[in-house]
Amino acid sequence: MPALTFPASFDYLDEIREYVGEKARAAGFSDRDVYSIQLAADEAASNVIEHAYAGNSKATFELSCEFDTNRLVITLLDHGKRFDPSKVPQPDVEADLSERKIGGLGIFLMRKLMDEVRYESTRDGNRLTLVKRKV
Amino acid sequence: MDVSTKEFKHCNLIKVNGRVDSATAPKFSQALDANFDKGVYKLVIDMSGLEYMSSAGFRALLAAQRNCKRYNRGEVLLASVPDRIREALELAGFTELFRTYKDPLEAVGSL
Repeated sequence: MPALTFPASFDYLDEIREYVGEKARAAGFSDRDVYSIQLAADEAASNVIEHAYAGNSKATFELSCEFDTNRLVITLLDHGKRFDPSKVPQPDVEADLSERKIGGLGIFLMRKLMDEVRYESTRDGNRLTLVKRKV
Repeated sequence: MDVSTKEFKHCNLIKVNGRVDSATAPKFSQALDANFDKGVYKLVIDMSGLEYMSSAGFRALLAAQRNCKRYNRGEVLLASVPDRIREALELAGFTELFRTYKDPLEAVGSL
């Protein structure tokens, strides 16, 4: 699967959203789904930049986005610190203002917006896979 | 992203345009904090020109709302929230934490 390489910097989030947005639009997803896919990819990349690489902007990660039959599959591969989103506790989105936690929101959104979110730590690095089915 | 602030007698109206993500959220936070430095805790955020907001922007909103509501000194209101952004805010359970208005001036009047 062809992949693009991005520096681990928030400055490239625009480009990432544009890239997955174009792929999703070309695959015929609705405007609403395109926005969801862009938001999920942004949250995933932001997590890699912030947690796997902890701000080391010389590091890079790979991102691919392919449409196959009726699924859009986004993959992020990084070589930083292991960061398993499934280990992050779910934020309580019904808590009142004072109880509301700041962390975990990006991962929560990613899960809500996509049909599948998978994480695996392999010899090649940490791979996060996001899947959106076209209905 | 760009942020501009209009001062009213009893509150400030903040217009945020463009995209708020992890790269631009710190600038958005700073623009909100600038109001607190002046002792203004009643804020309306006009989102009509907002194209995109990730959880980094949501966190900035949450921090501002906490700061404003402390000691009952104020509140952050949201106005003209675009559909996609409203849906994401709903998903995150944020619509419970902010009163939202269609029209920014209506929000200004309600404070």
